[in-house]
Amino acid sequence: MSASKFSNPVVRWIDHRLPIFSFLEHEANEYPTPKNLNYFWNFGSLAGISLVIMIVTGITLAMSYTAHVDYAFESVERIMRDVNHGWLLRYIHMNGASFFFIVVFIHIFRGLYYGSYKAPRELLWMLGVVILLLMMATAFMGYVLPWGQMSFWGATVITNLFSAIPFVGESIVTWLWGGFSVDNPTLNRFFALHYLMPFLIVGVVILHLVALHRFGSNNPLGIDTRGPQDTLPFHPYYTIKDFFGLSVFLTFLAAAVFFFPNFLGHPDNYIPADPLQTPAHIVPEWYFLPFYAILRAVPDKLGGVLAMFGAIAILFVLPWLDRSPVRSARFRPLFKIFFWILVIDCIVLGYVGAKPAEGMYLLVGRVATVWYFVHFLAILPLLSVIETPRPLPQSISTPVFGGGGGLAGAVAAPKEKL
Amino acid sequence: MAKSQTKSGADASVEHKSRRDFIVVATYAMGAVGAGAFVWPLVDQMNPAADTLALASIEVDVSKIVEGQSITIKWRGKPIFIRHRTASEIEEASGVLQDELRDPEGDDVRAQKPEYLVVLGVCTHLGCVPLGQKVGEVRGEYGGWFCPCHGSHYDSSGRIRKGPAPLNLEVPPYSFLSDQVIRIG
Ligand code: HEM
Ligand code: FES
Repeated sequence: MSASKFSNPVVRWIDHRLPIFSFLEHEANEYPTPKNLNYFWNFGSLAGISLVIMIVTGITLAMSYTAHVDYAFESVERIMRDVNHGWLLRYIHMNGASFFFIVVFIHIFRGLYYGSYKAPRELLWMLGVVILLLMMATAFMGYVLPWGQMSFWGATVITNLFSAIPFVGESIVTWLWGGFSVDNPTLNRFFALHYLMPFLIVGVVILHLVALHRFGSNNPLGIDTRGPQDTLPFHPYYTIKDFFGLSVFLTFLAAAVFFFPNFLGHPDNYIPADPLQTPAHIVPEWYFLPFYAILRAVPDKLGGVLAMFGAIAILFVLPWLDRSPVRSARFRPLFKIFFWILVIDCIVLGYVGAKPAEGMYLLVGRVATVWYFVHFLAILPLLSVIETPRPLPQSISTPVFGGGGGLAGAVAAPKEKL
Repeated sequence: MAKSQTKSGADASVEHKSRRDFIVVATYAMGAVGAGAFVWPLVDQMNPAADTLALASIEVDVSKIVEGQSITIKWRGKPIFIRHRTASEIEEASGVLQDELRDPEGDDVRAQKPEYLVVLGVCTHLGCVPLGQKVGEVRGEYGGWFCPCHGSHYDSSGRIRKGPAPLNLEVPPYSFLSDQVIRIG
């Protein structure tokens, strides 16, 4: 390790004792990245920045928030009306949560499309699923904090899911509540955990990145990089691209914060919690709707809960369900079709989750739920056997230089978006 | 080590090894017990605190409830439904055959005095408060309560008849102090 890498003597002095600059130089600056990444590869860094935005606005909100059933609602109203820029912080935090989920959902579907969960990135993928679970728990508890009607009844319904567990269910629910209903002890612990969990997410994100840097990013072709001709240094090529993506993202976030701050929320949450009165139509936050639809599709309490958690658990074993050695959907004609059916299926589930569980909606929800599981448990294993993938390019740069591909490679070249 | 000092060096080391194994295992075991003993308070602090458990019982004068109407009171943070049932509601509730029920229970077991039905107003599915208390609210297909959250129907004895809820509305512990006053809890 040569200290001469850095010209600044202070940096050199520090780096000799604490090689933090070498580390950053190695992981961020020199880090070789496939040169054909498209804009779907922006969503990882966007997710990281969203997490930072949530932590910064969250900690500042916590400075004016009171976690007590008698004061919580009013303290949030005070943040909105009296605390300097409190409305801005809260609206960023509220909409930031939604945008965080949009970004992470796109990030996940990117992985599904390009087969990023396959060897050797299985653990990277599984750590991502852990992050998703932690995010869901964090957002759920955060939504309880303003102590509106949806906060209270959302908390009641979701914690009651655990009562479906045989024998110990009731004790677990009492333990979660710290009482006999969602009440002050519940609000207090949810605040403590809502503060803690984002930092657990930071920890798992670091592991996620360590696993990522082991083999580097996957890419739209889904083939391994074969050397320097296939890669670019992360800085400045991808830092600038990530910054561009970030500015687009922030434009959308600002539009929501300043012009439609309550569009994704529910008006009932501006009514203080009333333990004696359930709102006529309770719905979770939009990012939970597909899972809520799965919960309600099963007519049995325990079955519904198992199906809902199963929908996420199945993602953990995905690398072993899809056995096809070809990663990218670009070279898997059948897989590509089923991928888009799955996307539509998830959107349908989200739509149905927002509707009352009766009649047509219930039926559609059931079909969509069954399809979700069929996709992962039957279609993917089956495709790995029966599908004939299209021929893979020899390397990322082959289509460009036409090497090995002959005329066909040269003709195909302009079509590849590089 | 001390191997060379004894003739049967190999035996001694074997013996030492198993002795050392024992010490290692015993240490781990003690550590595990200690860690467990420390973790339990961390877990158990989340269970209801003493003052939460000590919530007093409440007394209710039911003579004010007009026949056919209900009142809702709060007990342990949860709603309690007390309905003064009409003769036809009582008849309907006690006439149901047990095998028609998902959670079979006779009406006479559920109501100490047939005129007054006392149940927890908490849907046994996921804990919403069912509708049917106020005049004009939907009471579901069985004339009792209807939970709007996921569509559970309860009959006039508070028994589950249709929908995702698995159990009847719970009957809290209560007793009649006199003909008019009930103590709950
Ligand atoms: C993973 C990151 C996070 C997510 C997804 C998240 C999500 C949420 C959500 C959905 C709400 C409800 C907003 C509303 O409807 O009013 C909320 C509220 C809140 N969060 Fe977070 N949060 C995160 C991080 C944090 C952090 C690190 C803190 C620091 C303590 C924090 C403190 C708060 C506070 C005090 C509130 C209540 C004020 C309010 O309702 O706006 N959050 N959070
Ligand atoms: S909570 Fe009553 S039906 Fe689900």
